[in-house]
Amino acid sequence: MAKLMTEQRFASPDDVYQLLIDSHRDLTPDQSTRLNAKLILLLANHIGDAEVLAEALRVARQGVE
Amino acid sequence: MHATFSYPKYSFTPSEEQRTGTVRRHPVVVIGAGPVGLTAALDFARKGVPVVVLDAEDTVSVGSRAVCYAKRALEVWDRLGVGQRMIDKGVVWKIGKVFNGDRMVYQFDLLPEPDHKIPAFINLQQYYLEDFLVTEARKSELIDLRWLSRVISAKQEADHVVLQVETPDGVHAVEADWVIACDGAKSSVRKMLGLEFQGEVFKDRFLIADVVMKADFPAERWFWFDPPFHRKQSALLHMQPDNVWRLDFQLGWDADPEEEKKPERVIPRVQAMLGADTPFELEWVSVYTFQCRRLERFRHGRILFAGDSAHQVSPFGARGANSGVPDADNLVWKLALVLDGKAPDSLLDSYSDERVTAAKENILNSTRSTDFITPKSEMSRVFRDAVLELAVDQPFARSLVNSGRLSTPTTYTDSPLNTPDSDAFAGRMVPGAPATDAPVERDGHAGWLMEALDGRFTVLYAAAGDEMGGPVPAEVAEALDGLAAGPLPLAWHAVTERRRGIAGELVDSAGRLRERYDLTPGSVYLIRPDQHIAARWRRFDADALSAALNRATGR
Ligand SMILES: Cc1cc2nc3c(=O)[nH]c(=O)nc-3n(C[C@H](O)[C@H](O)[C@H](O)COP(=O)(O)OP(=O)(O)OC[C@H]3O[C@@H](n4cnc5c(N)ncnc54)[C@H](O)[C@@H]3O)c2cc1C
Repeated sequence: MAKLMTEQRFASPDDVYQLLIDSHRDLTPDQSTRLNAKLILLLANHIGDAEVLAEALRVARQGVE
Repeated sequence: MHATFSYPKYSFTPSEEQRTGTVRRHPVVVIGAGPVGLTAALDFARKGVPVVVLDAEDTVSVGSRAVCYAKRALEVWDRLGVGQRMIDKGVVWKIGKVFNGDRMVYQFDLLPEPDHKIPAFINLQQYYLEDFLVTEARKSELIDLRWLSRVISAKQEADHVVLQVETPDGVHAVEADWVIACDGAKSSVRKMLGLEFQGEVFKDRFLIADVVMKADFPAERWFWFDPPFHRKQSALLHMQPDNVWRLDFQLGWDADPEEEKKPERVIPRVQAMLGADTPFELEWVSVYTFQCRRLERFRHGRILFAGDSAHQVSPFGARGANSGVPDADNLVWKLALVLDGKAPDSLLDSYSDERVTAAKENILNSTRSTDFITPKSEMSRVFRDAVLELAVDQPFARSLVNSGRLSTPTTYTDSPLNTPDSDAFAGRMVPGAPATDAPVERDGHAGWLMEALDGRFTVLYAAAGDEMGGPVPAEVAEALDGLAAGPLPLAWHAVTERRRGIAGELVDSAGRLRERYDLTPGSVYLIRPDQHIAARWRRFDADALSAALNRATGR
C-alpha cells in the first residue's frame, strides 16, 4: 500500500519554499486561490494515488477546525 | 405554444368487477402507466402473467420530460418488441461535447465499440415513448389497462393486498396477490405505507424549454459551462425528433420559478443562445429543482416499488427512466417464477438488494454531477473552475469535467444470485454484469446475441473441437436438453465459429462473441432472464450448472 511520505525529501528546502511563495507574487487573494487549486489538481494527478491524497488531506486538515 | 404532438385521450371503461360489484383477486396489479409500469406490464404479458394496470390520468406524459434513453433500457424494450419503433423515431447519438465559455474542453463517445444492435442513446420525447408502450400494451390480451383509475388506499393482508380505486363511476376495491407501485416520484402508495423517501434537494433551479426550430446543430449532447450567451451558469442542448430541441438553462437558487416560465423571460434567453434571427417556437417550458432520494428498501411485503416511486435522481446523466426500466426488468422474471411456484418469495428480496445497489450508484453519480454543475461552497467552485481551466490543455483534467455521467447499467457484483467464478476469465462479463451484445448468425440470418437472450434463462455453450467429441458432446447436449425441458424457462445455444448444423446454434463468424465473453472451446455461460450473467465455467459440469440455476432462483 502506498504511503504518504513525510520525511524530508527536498535537496534544497529553501529553494522549494521560495518557489511556492514567488509564484504568488502580485496576485490578488482570489488569483492565488485559483493558482493553488490548479496546483493541487496537477500534483494530485501526478501522485495518482487516491490513498496517498486521502492521507495528505487528513494530515492537512488536522488543527484546521 | 406550438404543438408537434397531439395527446391521445384514453377512455375510461368501467371494469367488469366495478360494474357488477364483485371483488376480484388478480395475480399482479401495477399502479401507474408511466414508462416503468408499462414496461413491467409488457414483460408480465410476455411471461404469460395477466396484469391489471391502474393509472390516475387518461393520457401520456404531459410535456417532454425525459429525452435521453440509454442502450440498456432500449435493450429491455427491444426484448419486449417495442425498441425498434423508438429507435426509428428517435434521434440516435453517442457523442457528447463540453464547452467552457466558447471553447470545447472535453468530448466523449458513449459507444466507441462497433457491432452492437442497440445504439448508445436515443433522444425521444417522453410522450412518444409512452404512446408506443401503450400501443404495444393494448395489443396484449393479458394486459388490462384502466385509465382514470386512481389508487386511494392500499392495505396489506396476510396473502394479498386490497386497493381502493377511485374512478369516474365511484370507488371500488381491487385485490391483488402482488402490487407493483410505479406511481412516480410523488408516489401516493409510498405515503400510504408511511415510508420515508430520504436524500438531498439541490439548491438550484433549471429552466427547461423545448423549442421547435430548423437548426443544423449535430445530433450530439452539447453542454456549456459559462457560455457567452448565459454567463456564469450552465446550458445544455439536445436534438429531439420533429425539429424539437431541448434547451436547459441553469438559473441559480434565487430565480423566481413562476417569472422564469413566462415567454417574455424565456424567449430572450433562447434568442441569446440561438441568435436573434433564428425563428423558433416554444413547445413546452418548465422550471425544476432537482433532488436525489430513495427508499431504503424496494420491497415491502407484497408491495414492490419500481422506478421514480423508489428512487429519484437529478436529470444530469439521464438516470431516471433509464434506471426505472431495469427495475422492471429485474423484478418481473422473479415475480413470475414466484407466482408459478418455481421460486421462493425470498427471491424478491434480491430484487430490492440488486436495485438498491443500482439506485445508490445512480444517486452517487447524479449527486457528483450536480455538485460539479452547482458547486455547494466557494472552494468547490474554485476547484470546479480550475478543472475547467486546466482541461483546455491538460488531458488529465478532462476526465474530471463532470457535466453528467450518462446512464450505464449496474453490475450486481455482490448479488447472492451470482455463482462466483471458479475459473479464470478475462474481460467485463463477470457474474452480475449485464450481457454485452455481439453479432451472430441464427438459422441462416444475421442477428444479435441479445435477440437470443429472450427472457428465459439462457445457456451458451462454446462449441468444442472434434477432439472433445464433436462441437457439442452428446452428454452435454443431453444435459442441456434436459434442463430446457425442465420446470424453469430455459433455452440453450451452441456458439460456433462456422455453421455446424446444430439446432439453435449461434454462428459467431466475426469472433466478437468469443472476444467479448473470453470464450474458449467448452466454455459455458449461464445468463439470467434479465440478461445479466449468473455464472460461467471453462468446462461443462451439469451439477455445477444446476447448482447455479438454483442459486439464481433463490432456491
Ligand atoms: C426535466 C426532466 C428531464 C428528464 N430527463 C430524463 C432523461 O433524459 N432520461 C431519463 O431516463 N429520465 C429522465 N427524466 C426522468 C423520467 O421522466 C422519470 O424517471 C420517469 O418518468 C419515471 O417513470 P415512472 O414510470 O417511474 O413514473 P412516472 O413517469 O412519473 O409515472 C407515474 C404514473 O403513475 C400514475 N399515478 C400516480 N399516482 C397514482 C395513483 N395514486 N393511482 C394510479 N396511478 C397513479 C401517474 O398518472 C403516472 O402516469 C427526466 C425528468 C425530468 C423532470
